[in-house]
Amino acid sequence: MPAEPLLEVKDLHVSFRTEDGIVRAVDGVSFTVGEGEVVGIVGESGSGKSVTMMSVMRLIADPNVMYTGEIIYKGRNLMGLSRDAMRGVRGEEISMIFQDPMTSLNPVYNIGWQIEEQLNEHYTLRKGQARQRAVELLRQVGIPNAEQRVDNYPHEFSGGMRQRVMIALALSCNPDLLIADEPTTALDVTIQAQILELIKDLKRDFGSAVALITHDLGVVADIADRILVMYAGRIVEEGNKEQIFYDPQHPYTWGLLGSIARLDRPRPRRLTAIAGQPPSMLNRPRGCAFRPRCPQAFDRCSAEDPPLTEKVGEGHLDACLLSVEDKRARRDATINPELAETA
Amino acid sequence: MLTFVIRRLIGLIVVMFVLSVLVFLLFFETPGVDPARLMAGRNPNPETIKAIRHEFGLDRPLPVRYALMMKRMFITRDLISYGSHTKVIPEIIAAAPVTFSLVFGAAVIWVVFSILFGLAAAVLRGTIWDPLLMVLALIGISIPVFWLGEIVNLFTQSRWHNFFLFSWVPPLGYTPLTQDPLKWFEGLVFPWLTLSVLYVGFYARVLRANLIETENEDYIRTARSKGISERRVLLKHNLRTSMIAFVSLFGLDFGILVAGGALLTEVVFGLPGVGLLTYNSLTSLDLPVIMTTVIYGAFFITLASALVDLLYAWLDPRVRPT
Repeated sequence: MPAEPLLEVKDLHVSFRTEDGIVRAVDGVSFTVGEGEVVGIVGESGSGKSVTMMSVMRLIADPNVMYTGEIIYKGRNLMGLSRDAMRGVRGEEISMIFQDPMTSLNPVYNIGWQIEEQLNEHYTLRKGQARQRAVELLRQVGIPNAEQRVDNYPHEFSGGMRQRVMIALALSCNPDLLIADEPTTALDVTIQAQILELIKDLKRDFGSAVALITHDLGVVADIADRILVMYAGRIVEEGNKEQIFYDPQHPYTWGLLGSIARLDRPRPRRLTAIAGQPPSMLNRPRGCAFRPRCPQAFDRCSAEDPPLTEKVGEGHLDACLLSVEDKRARRDATINPELAETA
Repeated sequence: MLTFVIRRLIGLIVVMFVLSVLVFLLFFETPGVDPARLMAGRNPNPETIKAIRHEFGLDRPLPVRYALMMKRMFITRDLISYGSHTKVIPEIIAAAPVTFSLVFGAAVIWVVFSILFGLAAAVLRGTIWDPLLMVLALIGISIPVFWLGEIVNLFTQSRWHNFFLFSWVPPLGYTPLTQDPLKWFEGLVFPWLTLSVLYVGFYARVLRANLIETENEDYIRTARSKGISERRVLLKHNLRTSMIAFVSLFGLDFGILVAGGALLTEVVFGLPGVGLLTYNSLTSLDLPVIMTTVIYGAFFITLASALVDLLYAWLDPRVRPT
C-alpha cells in the first residue's frame, strides 16, 4: 500500500432510528481506497454497501441517521467538515454515479444544463466555456453528435445513453474518487458490458480511483483491483482480485461465486443459490451474522463474533472461524458442486 | 406549436357549441316554464302572451329558435333579458372587468403566499412550524367564503371602521380602474384577501406534498451529489419540478373563477361581476342571460385549460409537442 491512501474509512457505523428500533445498516466497516485504485464492493441487497459509500459523500438525507467513525479523505475527516466545505468535496473531488439512470437526471432540464450547473458550481468559467466542456465530456463518454445532443432532455435518451450522461456529469470536475453505485444493474447485459468498458477506459484517462458497488461478482471480476465482500453491514472478506476469485476464504464469498454463470466451466444442472434471507439489521444475532445461512456453521459460530483478520496472504482478510485447511477442503462443494462430484 | 393552437381553438368552438345547445334544450324542456309568460309581467292577457311569443320567435321550430338566439347573441348583439328587458351583451361586458379585477388580484395573492407557505412548511418539516402552517392552511380551506366575507365587512365597514387601520376602506361596491385606480384598489383589498384565503391554504398544502414527494426523487440526490447548495437544490430542482402540478391546478381554478365561480365573494362585497349576474339570471330563469353567461364561462374555462397545456409544455419538456 502506498504511503497515504486516498480514502480511509475507519470503523464506520451508520444506523437509522426507526419505529421498530435502531437499524444498524453499517456496523463497523474499515477499508481504504488508494489513488487510482479500483475497489469493488460486493454484497447482496441490504448488506450496507450503498449506505457505506453514501456516507462517504454524506448524502444520506434521512433525519434519523446516526454516524460514528471516521472518513479520512486526503488527510481530512469528512465527518467533521462543515456543510459548505462538504459541498466543495462533492462533485469536485468525489462524485457518484447512481443505479437507475432513468430517474437520476432531472427531467425538466436538458443534459447540457445539468453538466454546466456542476461545472459552474466548482469553477469560475467564462460564458460558453462550460458548454464547450459539457460537449467535450459527452463526446468522451461516447455520445454521438454531442454538439446537438447537449440540448436534449433526459427522456430523449435510452437508458444506456443516460448512464453515459451520468458518467459525464460525474467526471466533469475530474474527481479523484468516483463512486459507482450499481451503475449497470438497471441496464441490459450488452449495455452493461459497454458501460463497464467505458468506466475502465475513463478510469485510465482521468486517473480517478473508483469504488464500484455491485451485487454481481462477475461485474468486478474484470475491472477491480481489490474486492470487499460485505454481509449484514460488515466486511466479511477483503483481498485483491486473484485472492478473492482463486482462494476465497469466506463461505459467503463461496456462495456469491457459486451463483455466477461461468462459461469456462462445465455447465451445472442449475446455479446454486445462497439459501435464506439476510438477517434483520434491527437486532444482530450474536456470533457470525451469516451463521443461519451457512452450511459450514459449527458451535463456535454462534458464540463468537469472528474478527476480520489476515490469515492466508498479505492483504487478504476474512471473518470466518473455520481453519484455512477446512475452508480449502470444503469450498469447491459450494462454488462448483459438479466439479466436486467429478473430482 | 401552431397546430396545437389551432387544435385548441377548434376544441373551444366545439365545447361552446355543445354547451349552448345543452343549456338551450334544458331551458326549453324545463316543464312549467314559458318565457313569453315570464316576459309579459303580472296577469297578462292571452293576446299579449301570443304577441310576445311571435315577436321573440318563440312560435318557431326549436332549431330555428336556437339559431335566432345565437344570431342575436353574436351577430346583432341585441339579445334582450327576459327579466330586466335590458340588452344582455353590454351587461356581461360591464360585469366582466369587475370579475377580472377580483380574480386577478386574488390570484396574485394566492400564488405568492401559497408558494411561500408551501416552501416554508416543506423546509421546516420536523419542526413545530410545519404542522402549525398546515393546520392554518386547513383552517383557511374550511372557512366558508361568505361567512369570512361577512365578518370582514362587519369589522371593516362598521365595528372598527373608525379605527385608523380600517378607516380608509370605502363602502361596498366597485369603482372601475379607469375611473379612480386608488379607489379601485382600496375597494378590492378585502375581497381579494377573502377570496384568496381558501386557495392559499389549498395550494400551500398541495405544494408542500409535492415538494416532499419530489425530495425523494433520485435526481434530487444527484443534484446534491454535484455539490450545489441546498437552496439551489430546493428552488432550481425541487420547486421547479413541483410547480408542474401546481400550475395545472391553478389554471383550472383561475378559469372557473373568471367564469363566474367567485359568485359568493361578489355577493358578499356587492361587486356587480359575472357571478352575481349568473346567480340572478338563474333564480329568475332568464334564458338569454343564462345562455350568455354559460357561453362566457365555457369560453374562459376552455381558454384557461388551453393556457395550462401551454404552460405545462413549457414547464415539462416530456410533454412538449415535437
